[in-house]
Amino acid sequence: MSNQLTGIGASAGIAIAKAFVLENPALEIEQKTITDAGAEIERFEAAVNTAKGELEVIKNHANEQLGEDKAAIFAAHLLVLSDPELLNAVKDKVNNEKVNAESAMSDVSNMFISMFENMDNEYMKERAADIRDVSKRVLAHLLGVTFTSPGAITDEVIVLAEDLTPSDTAQLNKQFVKGFATDIGGRTSHSAIMARSMEIPAVVGTKTITTEDVEGKVIIIDGIDGNVIVDPSEEEIAQYTKKKENFEAKKQEWAKLVNEPTTTKDEKHVELAANIGTPEDVKGVLENGGEGVGLYRTEFLYMGRNELPTEEEQFNSYKEVLEKMDGKPVVIRTLDIGGDKELPYLNLPKEMNPFLGFRAIRLCLEETEIFRTQLRALLRASVYGNLKVMFPMIATVGEFRQAKEMLLSVKEELIGEGIKVSEDIEVGMMVEIPATAAMADVFAKEVDFFSVGTNDLIQYTMAADRMNQKVSYLYQPYNPAILRLVKMVIDAAHKEGKWAGMCGEMAGDQIAIPILLGLGLDEFSMSATSILPARSQMTKLSKEEISSHIDHILSLATNEEVIAYVTEHFATEEL
Amino acid sequence: MAEKNFTVTSESGIHARPATALVNKAGQYSSDVTLDYNGKSVNLKSIMGVMSLGIQQNSEITIKAEGSDADDAIAGLTEVMENEGLGK
Repeated sequence: MSNQLTGIGASAGIAIAKAFVLENPALEIEQKTITDAGAEIERFEAAVNTAKGELEVIKNHANEQLGEDKAAIFAAHLLVLSDPELLNAVKDKVNNEKVNAESAMSDVSNMFISMFENMDNEYMKERAADIRDVSKRVLAHLLGVTFTSPGAITDEVIVLAEDLTPSDTAQLNKQFVKGFATDIGGRTSHSAIMARSMEIPAVVGTKTITTEDVEGKVIIIDGIDGNVIVDPSEEEIAQYTKKKENFEAKKQEWAKLVNEPTTTKDEKHVELAANIGTPEDVKGVLENGGEGVGLYRTEFLYMGRNELPTEEEQFNSYKEVLEKMDGKPVVIRTLDIGGDKELPYLNLPKEMNPFLGFRAIRLCLEETEIFRTQLRALLRASVYGNLKVMFPMIATVGEFRQAKEMLLSVKEELIGEGIKVSEDIEVGMMVEIPATAAMADVFAKEVDFFSVGTNDLIQYTMAADRMNQKVSYLYQPYNPAILRLVKMVIDAAHKEGKWAGMCGEMAGDQIAIPILLGLGLDEFSMSATSILPARSQMTKLSKEEISSHIDHILSLATNEEVIAYVTEHFATEEL
Repeated sequence: MAEKNFTVTSESGIHARPATALVNKAGQYSSDVTLDYNGKSVNLKSIMGVMSLGIQQNSEITIKAEGSDADDAIAGLTEVMENEGLGK
């Protein structure tokens, strides 16, 4: 009997192969009294050397496969194994207390781990995990416990693990590891990101895959729909083999479109851009044929640390993205923090309704030092490419004017310092608040562009917290209420000769794409991996034909009616 | 014995990659090398020792070396401090 588990599709594709459970055995450390301290120290040194040798291999492998940046962590791990404070403390303990190396190593490394864990700096706290990783490797050798190392896999398998650490993922060999599933993790966890960049199918967050009876069984990973099937029937294997072939055929078809412009059946051109969070994401944008960056979320620069990023750090990141995009448009959104994204070091008071509170541009207009630093970095970077600046969460024309004024004053300041700033920077805004959609005609006279942020626009229009499961049925992207607002924004922009884009999940959605095309949207910004399917779909759609359906679509009553109408009348791209 | 004082100019203090560079350099000398900061003294050949100090920007630190190649050590480490933009 087959057994199906549902998780989160972290990397699209289908894989069928034998199960390989990546064990993570608990290490039982027993304290023993020894007589020959010299021999014990030799044993310890041998274990350290073996561990170092392994780390060297992992580091080199990571260097080739993932780049120097991702390999740097293993250089640090190696240094820990050469640390005299650590090594000597263990040896002293063995010598003076006559205890076995395992217990000495365990005590000393625990001391360091707790020291780092108790530091009040986030970065240092994370280093505790590195020390744990390294000391575990040494302890395993001392105990003679073999860890199944993913690098040692030489059969075609599906790797199943509770979670994959950075050192695990760095060792995965695409030739043998056909896919993986984990108990924990989400779409943005380390292992999910790695799976996408390696292009192997993966499902994360299955909760229980490692506790299932998988010994010797075949596993199907469906990274498209987020399913894992243990011990599938012959029919299931046949069904998924077909799905895999279809997906791969599609992928090849899509791959031909990488360097093509996005053109509809009736020869209309639209721009397909990507949403990114860090400069490293640009690689994926270009590989998937992105025509620009429609949303660069700068908040990642501010998160996961305990102090604000400096002007220089920001400048370097913005410059890197602009240079790598080589003249293609790059829309950089200024800091959008607050709501569900907190920065502990700003010490902002807890709010009753964070999504309706002090966040994004509201915060920036108050904390002007933070805002000006970011604007300086942006403007300094502007000479390295095609920069467009976008302000988030604008509710009133007054806010937009104030933000733009600040941008202009920073620009003057820079010019005064003799620093070059581009003269062609477009300044636009996100449309997330229904009030701005209602006033779009007035805003359109002052902005250079609009970009509709659909997640927030939907939650504010429907008054439904998108984090609250109880009201998640109200998250209705195709509800005509939303579509009408989007139409107002696009029409208002075009009336003033400006452009309108969209940078939410909806822009890459197969049902929404025909409607948005018919409404006249100019730029669609989505996850990089959605670009090619969207481009393929566009070639099958006629903008003019869809426009003639728009009045009818907007007169439909419900979300479901819109979905039914679109699937009946327009081409979608089967995934 | 040789020693030298520095003011840390790097905005994020001494951690992560630059710390790795310093420790690697210190390990190349036979002299004992220490880093003094805020009344504490750690072995500069120890990555965990250096990181545990949590040295921030504008800190005053002293690097000391004792041994046959003490002068070379100070010169080499000064170079790393400067090249990594850590301090002067």
